[in-house]
Amino acid sequence: MFRLFRYLKNYKKESVIGPLFKLIEACFELAVPVVMKKIIDVGIVNEDMGYILRMGGIMVLLGVLGLSCSLTAQFFAAKASVGFGTALRTDLMRHINKLSYSEIDSIGSSTLVTRMTADINTAQSGVNILLRLLLRSPFIVIGAVIMAFTFSVKLTLIFLIAAPCLAFVIYRIMSLTIPRYKHIRKTLDRTNLLTSEALSGARVIRAFSRQEDEEREFRNVNEELTVLQLAAGKISALMNPMTYVIVNIAITALIWFGGRAVLVGSISQGDMVALINYMNQILLALLAMAILVTNITKMQASAIRINDVFDVKPSVTDEGNSEVKADDSAPAVEFRNVSFAYSGSEEQALSDISFTVNRGETVGIIGGTGSGKSTVINLIPRFYDVSSGQVLVDGTDVKKYPFKQLRHKIGIVPQRAVLFKGTIRDNLKWRDKSASDDEIIKALKLAQAYDFVMEKPSGLDEQIVRDGKNLSGGQRQRLTIARAFIGSPEIVILDDSASALDLATDARLRKAIADETDGITVFIVSQRISSIKNVDKIIVMDDGRVSGIGTHSELFNNCEVYKEICLSQLSDEEVKNIG
Amino acid sequence: MADKNKNSAGVLRRLMRYASPYVPMFILSMVFAVITVATTLYAPILIGRAVDVMIGRDNVDLDKLTPIVIELVVVVAVTALSQWLMSLLTNKITFNVVRDIRNDAFCKLDRLPLSHIDSHPHGDIISRIITDIDQISDGLLMGFAQLFTGICTIFGTIIFMLRINLKISLIVILLTPLSLFVARFIAKNTFMLFHKQSEARGEMTSLVEEVTGDLKTVQAFGYEEEAEERFEVYNKRLQQVGVKAIFFSSLTNPCTRFVNGLVYTSVGIFGALAVMNGAGTFTVGNLSSFLTYANQYTKPFNEISGVITELQSALASAGRVFDLIDEKEEIPDSKDAVVLSEVDGSVEARHVYFSYDPKVKLIEDFDLHVRPGERTAIVGPTGCGKTTMINLLMRFYDTDSGEIRVSGTPIKDCTRSSMRSMYGMVLQETWLKTATIRDNIRYGKPDATEDEVIKAAKSAHCHGFIKRLPKGYDTVISDAFSTLSQGQKQLLCIARVMLSLPPMLILDEATSSIDTRTELIVQRAFAKMMEGRTSFIIAHRLSTIKEADNIIVMRSGHIVEQGTHDSLMEKGGFYSELYNSQFAVE
Repeated sequence: MFRLFRYLKNYKKESVIGPLFKLIEACFELAVPVVMKKIIDVGIVNEDMGYILRMGGIMVLLGVLGLSCSLTAQFFAAKASVGFGTALRTDLMRHINKLSYSEIDSIGSSTLVTRMTADINTAQSGVNILLRLLLRSPFIVIGAVIMAFTFSVKLTLIFLIAAPCLAFVIYRIMSLTIPRYKHIRKTLDRTNLLTSEALSGARVIRAFSRQEDEEREFRNVNEELTVLQLAAGKISALMNPMTYVIVNIAITALIWFGGRAVLVGSISQGDMVALINYMNQILLALLAMAILVTNITKMQASAIRINDVFDVKPSVTDEGNSEVKADDSAPAVEFRNVSFAYSGSEEQALSDISFTVNRGETVGIIGGTGSGKSTVINLIPRFYDVSSGQVLVDGTDVKKYPFKQLRHKIGIVPQRAVLFKGTIRDNLKWRDKSASDDEIIKALKLAQAYDFVMEKPSGLDEQIVRDGKNLSGGQRQRLTIARAFIGSPEIVILDDSASALDLATDARLRKAIADETDGITVFIVSQRISSIKNVDKIIVMDDGRVSGIGTHSELFNNCEVYKEICLSQLSDEEVKNIG
Repeated sequence: MADKNKNSAGVLRRLMRYASPYVPMFILSMVFAVITVATTLYAPILIGRAVDVMIGRDNVDLDKLTPIVIELVVVVAVTALSQWLMSLLTNKITFNVVRDIRNDAFCKLDRLPLSHIDSHPHGDIISRIITDIDQISDGLLMGFAQLFTGICTIFGTIIFMLRINLKISLIVILLTPLSLFVARFIAKNTFMLFHKQSEARGEMTSLVEEVTGDLKTVQAFGYEEEAEERFEVYNKRLQQVGVKAIFFSSLTNPCTRFVNGLVYTSVGIFGALAVMNGAGTFTVGNLSSFLTYANQYTKPFNEISGVITELQSALASAGRVFDLIDEKEEIPDSKDAVVLSEVDGSVEARHVYFSYDPKVKLIEDFDLHVRPGERTAIVGPTGCGKTTMINLLMRFYDTDSGEIRVSGTPIKDCTRSSMRSMYGMVLQETWLKTATIRDNIRYGKPDATEDEVIKAAKSAHCHGFIKRLPKGYDTVISDAFSTLSQGQKQLLCIARVMLSLPPMLILDEATSSIDTRTELIVQRAFAKMMEGRTSFIIAHRLSTIKEADNIIVMRSGHIVEQGTHDSLMEKGGFYSELYNSQFAVE
């Protein structure tokens, strides 16, 4: 948690002034019982009305001073804590953007989103409350004890016993309940999971007539939850009565011993009232402390989670790489004995892959999901680093490129058609902010997206809502295809990205790519033979290895795996026509 | 029907019905609440009395002090005990009531028609069962206890104060609500700021969800810098409104404390003057009690205003939960419904009409005759509504008119569970429970023996990969479990059906999400299952389609053609068009 405090460094002044003014306010608060004592001991005893009014005035003054100090403190605390949150957010965002694919894989995108939002918010309010209360509560407790000391040394003993007892009871109850509440949280998550499964699995549950079992399971978890809640409730229900008992027993003791002290004249009646007041102040301060502890626990949990993300270092970096000059005679993409294993996995996802792709060629990569097709193409923009071997683009190892230069050469159409909020034009200009409308329209036509975009009321300026919900899956996919062709890419990778298209559109798209992409090296990853059978070169992947490279007819005659796929997907007639 | 859950009296009555088994406890907790409040308020009076017997040096009546101290100890003990018992009772009522509501709400899910589940966002239903019910427990039940003690405290304090001194009581009673006004004033003015803050937060969150949620895409396009620029804009805006919102909202405590200080001071001054001029009717001890009251009196006011907001949102939550519980249920099986125990495998549809939305007609006058053991392929472009057929066959949805018969019996006259158990269903959307692989395989037959489970796994070709998992059949999997590939998940679903292997099948062929090798295995498993069984296949593969005895061709929700491959090709309609575009392009 303390590691995160470095984000307060631009708010040093605020982080000091905040708590400081809180302490000054606490001093004023501690002074009030003293003034009250004066009223009783001096004002009333001497029947001095003027004195009483003067003291009353002082009390009002103390209140005003306290209020202004408090407001000052709140302001600086707010400024510091929000500044903290903002700086932390910026830094975490920057850090996350640097992570490479293998880190994103292992942490998970949704986790990163939670860290950026909920966890930072928690940490921010934690810092705020910390700045305001951390020093104040102990200060009031200690201050009250010291004030008591000025009245009566002997009676202070009661304070010295009561305050630690109170602190202990509060601490003990909290240390018993906090883990229980965590447990409750987990059980609640299980009810959440069961509910969500009951909805997503409604068809299967009904098909197997398992409703009653699902209900029984839910009832059991729910019962468990209730038992846990009652158990935790039993402990936390002790907080108020126990603190009440301690404080009031202490007050009773004050009265008992105080009475004797008044009798011998070592303290006055006003002192007595003031002492009782201090005892109550201690209780309030410690209860505020309890709230603080709850917040700190939450904050700490968030801080640990945030730090965990900071601790993950990007495994692929382009530090120290400078602009690479392209070698025009070299092939566009070359794999030299590439092997690759995902981190944490012992199995090799790719082993000993070698192939060469020349400029302007269209290459199909086919194979099953586990076969390593996507892994191959993820190595070209260097989303992952190879375990051994080399990947070369334009004759230079991808490890030597700055990311920007390398990735700008490559237009990617990912499997998931991701679009961001904004206009269609904004979404198409990702690769090139200065792309002209002519260029955009050309790409839209190529991607078979021109017609539907033009049918939109605002055309290119049509707003895309979040997740592109106002477009169909096929439309989204076509836009992502168009996007990859804008900004003159040298290499375009279509990663199984025609799955949402109907067959006729898919066919037109393939034809357009074949006819209109001269000079661009195109990779088409697919599971469908029909998508790739007419390309220049087909790479057949099987179980992380290349099991054949060649044209459709060559492979059909020489590559077992390819033949197997063909036979399962093509009609007899088409099979007969091969060759 | 839903309207009645929008008026709070109705919702409260509903809630009281849930609480009715706990009425004795409820009454008891109120009694303890009253005792707690009374003794809590009595303690300052005793302390005041004690202060009064210690006037000064040589003027302390120790004989009077002793009984006061004893009484004080008793009062404190009673207060603590009754407060504790009250909390325990409130907890017990709260958590039990909430448990009952949660059970009812969950069980409702199994009785809702699928049309409701399909047409409502799952997140919304889940938040009703989880978040809203939580809000009921925090806001309504706990809130009620706080409200009740709060009101008791206010009236109790007034009564106790009035018994001591009218004039000073009036000062407290009149001045204290000031703090309420101050709090209201601040809350009202910070509301806008909070609103702005949550707007800014919302913008920020959706940007983060977009950019960080799809980090891979962002990196693939070198979009990081632009993302960070956009992010900074939102971040700065959030900072600006955040500081204001947090600062102004944190004013409430100091300001109300300041007002309390004023009340305290007034009591001090006027109390002191009253002691001076009162000639014994108002003592220093009375003053001390009053000072305590002045401090305590504002607390319930501040609490109540918080509780009321909580109560309101809890009532709204309860309304939403009851809306769910009141939702129209699936028509239950009639009492004389047939329990299907054996079928010959024939399926017949006669003049079936169906649509999800009465305004958009989908299936009209659909007839189908499937003889035992026949294969029916359902084909069409993605999104053409092939699942509609599953919905009707499995009676997830009822037909609007016409009927579907299984083995000659209309499915509307059968019990749903017996009719559904005649079908083995493997969908492409592989749903697995968060449970062990073993439990998932025997999902349809929980009492299956280990041998049966392994046999089913073997015939679905998943025994091999299950064995290779670190915990084998005891590996816990879930819907989100990523270590299993989509194909492996589908194989598990097949094993689940293999275990009981009903006489009729509904199969959903894999499209692109499953790899070729596994697909072949799945095909083999499908073929094995289909031997001699009536089967409906949502088909993508040519071989499956061609071998089918009957092909149902669907397009945007409608059934457009029906027949064998040859007859459909001859007809030259949509099917032949589809066939030609898919398999003979260029």
